[in-house]
Amino acid sequence: MELLFALTAGVLYASGLYLMLRRRLAQLIIGLGLLTNGTNILIFTSGGLTRTNAPVLAADALETTEPFADPVPQALILTAIVIGFGVLAFSLVLAHQVHRSSGTDDVGDRQ
Amino acid sequence: MLLILPIIVPMLTAALLLLVRHRGVQRWMAFLGSMTHLGCGIALFRLVQSEGIQVLQSGSWKAPFGIVLVADTLTTLLVIAVGVVGAATTAFGFAGVDPRRESGGYHSLFMVLLMGVSGAFLTGDLFNLYVWFEVMLVASFVLMALHRTKEQVRAAFTYVTLNLLASAILLTALGLLYGQSGTLNMADLSRQWSTAGPPPLHLPLALLFLTAFGIKAALFPWFFWLPASYHTPPAAISAIFAGLLTKVGVYSMIRVFTLLFQRVSPGIYTLILVLSAVTMVVGVTCALTQRDFRRVLSFNLVGHIGYTTLGLGLLSPVALAGSLLYVLHHIVAITNLYLVGGIFLRVRRTTDFASLGSLYRTHPYVALLSLVPIFALAGVPPLSGFIAKIVLVQASFAQGVYWAGGIALFVGLLSVLSMARLWDESFWKDAPDGVDKASPTWKQLLPIGALTLLSLGISVGAEPLLDMTSRVAGDLLEPSAYVRAVLDGDG
Repeated sequence: MELLFALTAGVLYASGLYLMLRRRLAQLIIGLGLLTNGTNILIFTSGGLTRTNAPVLAADALETTEPFADPVPQALILTAIVIGFGVLAFSLVLAHQVHRSSGTDDVGDRQ
Repeated sequence: MLLILPIIVPMLTAALLLLVRHRGVQRWMAFLGSMTHLGCGIALFRLVQSEGIQVLQSGSWKAPFGIVLVADTLTTLLVIAVGVVGAATTAFGFAGVDPRRESGGYHSLFMVLLMGVSGAFLTGDLFNLYVWFEVMLVASFVLMALHRTKEQVRAAFTYVTLNLLASAILLTALGLLYGQSGTLNMADLSRQWSTAGPPPLHLPLALLFLTAFGIKAALFPWFFWLPASYHTPPAAISAIFAGLLTKVGVYSMIRVFTLLFQRVSPGIYTLILVLSAVTMVVGVTCALTQRDFRRVLSFNLVGHIGYTTLGLGLLSPVALAGSLLYVLHHIVAITNLYLVGGIFLRVRRTTDFASLGSLYRTHPYVALLSLVPIFALAGVPPLSGFIAKIVLVQASFAQGVYWAGGIALFVGLLSVLSMARLWDESFWKDAPDGVDKASPTWKQLLPIGALTLLSLGISVGAEPLLDMTSRVAGDLLEPSAYVRAVLDGDG
């Protein structure tokens, strides 16, 4: 299972970086989105994949039953997703402005 | 309690600013907010000096489980610097802000930026540092992109992309770090690594952190976004960016590499040393080829970042003390010069050398006020830049790293050349078509004058300041007091 997640993260990183190296703004932004998602999966995987118990106390228990999933990476990812989403929305608007002001979505085109 | 005020004050000010429509009131609120922030910074500094490191366990979740805010001498000095830059740049706003930006929430965003920078300095948790980075970046993105000329939007896009890449790299490092150590509290990590040994992947982690913070600090080879973007926004915005944003990268690098990697991977410090040296040479050399006041400053900024990381590369108390003094001096001087650029924009409508000149004759006061920061940046004795540089050069010679000291000296010479050229082109030479379109107002001259006085103050008070940064450098290299203050609560 870890291997599958690691490979997914790797593919997301690779395709994200590849797209970020392209000349078109739209591809650059998609690349950025893929990269953020790759990062999220990486955090999720590196926190350890445990399917047995949720990190929640049972009604009358004092301790969670081992083994339980580590909640911290999930909290981290949740934060990262929210931030990434906001930033992605912002860069889309910015790309739209670039397109409107210079009439092209080529990154290197600075006439 | 005082510890959270440098974050709360700008946040409340930003929220209140959204409720006010009147421009004059907005400017006053922003200025008073920054002054309050400065006051809190000074009060916190005094508290830390008298009672030692201050720690706030937010929500009473004890570290390493909750997020901690930590204030030691280094942090409080930098928070004061944030206050100074904030107050100067908001005061500069009284002279007029681009109306489109001002109605678009300019002052609120300014406060959010101050909040983000203060938060990044104060936090003791790495993930929280990432969040503050994002707060700071999003505010700076919007400030930079609020305007809509073609050049500015382009510049903003470069800036945004490179900084988002840096954030993704930082997040990757945090994910791997958490996976291996199970905590992101810096003090906890430091203790764990020194007792149980570092995790197997420590070298890739160090490289990821170096890249992420290197992009933010504009270190070679990741500095290209900075000269591409810093000369386009209005003066007050580029002044606060130049003064603070790169310094957050430098601070984070110093913090992480002294707390975590110090005894783990010595090779990385040689790499930092080499990168700093190349940054200095490339930045200042590029500055010599530019023909625009603000572009020259941008490249000089890059070059001088090398001095601030050189001390980390040398990893000795004296060198680190020199670098920290350089950081403080540089924040004041570079902010001031970008504000002077604002005066050029008002007087000549441009900062291109072709239309500058003879300002020494027409506006001698501006020339007098700019003389100090220009020559402080150049490192002319007895001004502040000279003292920091001489400490760095002495330290590198004392450690036997002669090539680094030699490069620092050589780049010092190049900066003198670059700054003398700046002075000559903008003030001294006869302007070919030097028609002044307006005169600078006292509202612009007042903050510039105040920062100039502060530069002189740093030059005069360099010795006590150097004593202080030496103490800070000692603490950084021997972080057990910091670790104990955070984890065991004995400050």
